Amino acid sequence: MAVTSEDMSILGTRVLRSEDPRFLTTGGVYAEDVVDERLAGACHVFFVRSPIAHAKVAGIDTSEAAAAPGVLGVFTAADLADLPPIRPMLPSMNKAMTASVLATDTVRFVGEPVAIVVTEERYQGEDALELVDVDYDPLPAVVGFDAALADENLVFADAGTNTLCKFGDAGKFDEHLFGGCEVVVSRTIQNQRVAPAPMEVRSGAAVWGDDDRLTIWFSNQGAQGSRASLAGLMGLKPDQIRVITPDVGGAFGAKFGADPEYAAMAWVARRLGRPARWTETRYDNLMAMSHGRAQQQQVTIGGSRDGDIQAYRLEVVQDCGGYPRIAAFLPSMTLLMTTGTYDIARAESAATCVVTNTTPVGAYRGAGRPEATAAIERAVDLFAAEIGMDPAEVRRRNLLAPFSEPHQNGFGALYDSGDYVGALDKVLAAAGYDELRREQAQRRERGDVVQLGVGVSSYVEITGAGMEAGEPHENATVEVHPDGTATILTGTSPHGQGHATAWAMLASEKLGIDVDKITLKWGDTDLIPEGGGTGGSRSLQQGGAAVQQASEELIDLARQRAADALEANPDDLSFDVDNSGFAVAGVPDATISLAQLAEREQLLVRTVFTAPGATFPFGAHLAVVDVDTETGKVELRRMVTVDDAGFILNPLLAEGQRHGGIAQGAAQAFVEEVVYDDDGNPLTASLADYPFVSATELPSFELVDMATNTTYNPLGVKGIGEAGTIGATPAVQNAVVDALSHLGVRHVDMPTTPQRIYRALAHPEESK
Amino acid sequence: MKLELTVNGAARSDDVEPRLLLVHYLRDVLGLRAANVGCDTTSCGACTVLVDGASVKSCTMLAVQAAGRDVTTVEGLVPAGSPEGELHPVQRAFREQHGLQCGFCTPGMVMASVSLLAENPHPSEHQVREGLEGNFCRCTGYHNIVAAVLAAADALDSGGAHADPASQAVQA
Amino acid sequence: MIPAPFDYVRASSVDNALELLAGHDEDAKLLAGGHSLLPMMKVRLVMPSTLIDIGGLDELRGVTVDGDDLVIGGATPHAVVAASELVRSDAPLLAHSAGQVGDPQVRHRGTIGGSLAHADPAADLPMAVVALGATLELRGPDGARRVSADDFFTGYFETALQPGELLTAVRVPRRPGVTWGYQKFTRRANDWAVVGVAAIAGRVAMANMGAAPIRARAAEQALADGADAAAAAALAAEGTEPGSDMHADAEFRQHLARVLTRRALNGEVG
Repeated sequence: MAVTSEDMSILGTRVLRSEDPRFLTTGGVYAEDVVDERLAGACHVFFVRSPIAHAKVAGIDTSEAAAAPGVLGVFTAADLADLPPIRPMLPSMNKAMTASVLATDTVRFVGEPVAIVVTEERYQGEDALELVDVDYDPLPAVVGFDAALADENLVFADAGTNTLCKFGDAGKFDEHLFGGCEVVVSRTIQNQRVAPAPMEVRSGAAVWGDDDRLTIWFSNQGAQGSRASLAGLMGLKPDQIRVITPDVGGAFGAKFGADPEYAAMAWVARRLGRPARWTETRYDNLMAMSHGRAQQQQVTIGGSRDGDIQAYRLEVVQDCGGYPRIAAFLPSMTLLMTTGTYDIARAESAATCVVTNTTPVGAYRGAGRPEATAAIERAVDLFAAEIGMDPAEVRRRNLLAPFSEPHQNGFGALYDSGDYVGALDKVLAAAGYDELRREQAQRRERGDVVQLGVGVSSYVEITGAGMEAGEPHENATVEVHPDGTATILTGTSPHGQGHATAWAMLASEKLGIDVDKITLKWGDTDLIPEGGGTGGSRSLQQGGAAVQQASEELIDLARQRAADALEANPDDLSFDVDNSGFAVAGVPDATISLAQLAEREQLLVRTVFTAPGATFPFGAHLAVVDVDTETGKVELRRMVTVDDAGFILNPLLAEGQRHGGIAQGAAQAFVEEVVYDDDGNPLTASLADYPFVSATELPSFELVDMATNTTYNPLGVKGIGEAGTIGATPAVQNAVVDALSHLGVRHVDMPTTPQRIYRALAHPEESK
Repeated sequence: MKLELTVNGAARSDDVEPRLLLVHYLRDVLGLRAANVGCDTTSCGACTVLVDGASVKSCTMLAVQAAGRDVTTVEGLVPAGSPEGELHPVQRAFREQHGLQCGFCTPGMVMASVSLLAENPHPSEHQVREGLEGNFCRCTGYHNIVAAVLAAADALDSGGAHADPASQAVQA
Repeated sequence: MIPAPFDYVRASSVDNALELLAGHDEDAKLLAGGHSLLPMMKVRLVMPSTLIDIGGLDELRGVTVDGDDLVIGGATPHAVVAASELVRSDAPLLAHSAGQVGDPQVRHRGTIGGSLAHADPAADLPMAVVALGATLELRGPDGARRVSADDFFTGYFETALQPGELLTAVRVPRRPGVTWGYQKFTRRANDWAVVGVAAIAGRVAMANMGAAPIRARAAEQALADGADAAAAAALAAEGTEPGSDMHADAEFRQHLARVLTRRALNGEVG
């Protein structure tokens, strides 16, 4: 029987990361940094990208570029004709909306790859790119929701429409949904397009072996899924490809699978018979790596004057960009979470996905769920303003009562456990809500130029959903070595989350081996052929649980072998974590350590942890803003958050995840947006133009602890990586509107820029 | 053309193109790959190194502009010959405060912080945030980075080992 | 993002720099800190044939007193101007403005001369020197000349600098103890100004209200006629035709000009 001293358990402690010394001294080894003898003599790949949002490609003259110094080849779609087309991922999607690695006869967004230039040295690439002459015949650009839905101009001529697919059925909406409601408020709001903008842009290196297998390094968030995607793009079998994941400089959902450029890079390596490398520019990244969010939402909310919300309807239009990527099915996640934390008698939702001549939209931290929360949280505040009730009070009256048995939300989500009122009360108390309202009242009475706004959000979100068939699961392999160290293989794919430290903690607790002696490996498909990667806040609750399970199974296996070795009955053995070994009860000298057992026979266990389902972390956020009513400038003064994700394995890491999520969520509310002009030209394609949030826009955050464990895994953990993002956005947006509500403003779209606030103040009637 | 300068205390002499950016000289010629390129517009600071003790975005400097100068990268923050595992107080503070996650912005963030503290040894939180306006991070939300810089300021104050002599980077 | 190829030569002195400028075609450019020029070269908006590096010339660096003026060498980095005791005491508006440019790394390299020669209408220093009534000292093949800041900025990224000329110094009237105000309205801290206003001694200059930094003449006239800050500021946008972009439309810019001018005239710095 394993003996663990509860007081001394490493679980729940702030273990510093083992990853850090390397990052802090010599730096991480990201895809562009990889040095490997197989990559010696690598050529450099560059992409000619469309400067126009929608056009026929009339012709490409590569002759001048091909003759430029150092150019090894210039390739177009005709050369890549052996690669299969990229069809939409679901059968319900319009099949004509097909993509290709390089644009064939039509370009559909600014930044779409049109040709490949390969050079001997990196600096020669940009010189040669300028010499490729592409002849474009412009077509009308479809930009914005109205243009897309109108179907007058089509992104895909053969599709007959710009609608890619639908979820739910607005045709089945109940026209009497709001019957009996004393108050009904309806509004169209924007959940604007943003850029994930990880600090590391897309980058990779590829080489083919004599065995006709491809070895490819690239920045991704799940080697196994990326391998499958790449195989699909190249018409290969997955086992012809070995994906090796280097250090990854952030992903945030935009580095799932494999982007077409990686297939092109691998194709070049094969065609030229030498290794090939590609690193994009930040311009390329902001134009051609998938964007996030981009939903237009019609929210309608109805209820009684005394604060009872009785009905809610959400209609979503998802802008998918020029070609279907992950966002094409994210609205299904939005609809899944339609009613969030609320108990609403009648609710319905539906979504339409459209294509436009803009960058394809993918997953971005939260991936469909922040959109659901932002919609209902805005709706609740609209309702509160209409009936003149405090928005926190409206929430308290309508939240689901605390529950510990699974609760079906009516939209297909089975919440495992939740205490939404508890989270709300905690955040209000921590923020000093009453005091804030008093300060606000004083400023309003004085007519201060700078007004105070307080915004609240209540959220629940789905983590560990698993896109694969079957129940969500993850594998882990744990091995103890004769020298007393241990190695873990995981199917997750950390890119900042600290799995090397966290998984070592889990194994250490069971095995009695120091975390410093435990090494984590991930991201190499030859080593770990199966895995779900890291995203959707799944890793700890499935991957970590698998590590813990594998460690326990290893102890069980070791026990049998120890019994043999010590010629004792397994039941008479006790495992002493402090010694990492077994002892026979009553026989002091009869001991054997795991390391010693490993000397006799390889001591390794591989296991798969299967979760009964997804888990549902929840929380409440409160934002305090100052709004300068003369200039529209917003200062975010405080962010107070409750993010309940059950048991916290390593508070240091969990806080970091919350901080990062809160920053991105807040940034969407009042700072960041991707902007296109009417012709589909991106106006925010650099980090100077894209208002990427900096340290000066943000305060330090006030995190409040709350832990409602789940029963879905032995650790009791839910996912936390995206929670901060989901709660923060509506809290900040609501705070800004709240700051101006006494001046007649009911709504300001995100981001709440000075321009938008100025207009709302100048024309409050427009916001009603 | 010939370029001569000092990098992390070692004299260097190399033949370079005039247009070679300092960041690429460090990464591709010298193999010092900690400094990263994160943008095209001198915005993100991932490439920050010290030139004569002052923080500089090495993507916006030609290698030839650094001729005769003293360049310090994060790889050289702790003097050569120090015991293995030794960290500069700023590096140590970043670790202890969990001021890094994916690590991509970290070398630039650390060097910017070293320069910030050399010029302002006792910054307020607000001054730290403004002092790092040229360094972007997507992972941490900046909270723990700010905590790390403030902690490093305290550590340097109490005479932490390898405290950089406040270099006279700014002279009227 | 790599510049197109170019030749590079280091000037040994200002005279030598002028010789080199004269000896090269008009596609040769001076390089001081490079933080206006190199970003443009990296995205290939400009492609000079030759760069003449004057960044290391001590004769172009430093702050000295010359009677009623401070004289600041053209290749003095922003960080030096911002930290200079002389500038902070005698022309604090300029010290503050230099401390607003970009971020600390940019300020360690970018120079006052480079910034002024670049003449971005949304930048800090052009607006500041116009507000201060500074004088720019230029030197070229035909000798030295002085141009007032009012006359220096001639259009969108255009100045009075003639081919072959170098901006050697900036002369700023010393005004210790004189009230000044400065307002830089941005979306994010290290952005260029959406609208900027600098005010001192009855002069009001604005950034990003036109193709070049401009004086708010109507507001200045009102001040001279005895109006208070609020009344004068109400006229700040008179005669202006600011552009519209994704940050602000023209109407909002004009509104900001009025608000920020009032605040600057009240001596507020922000």
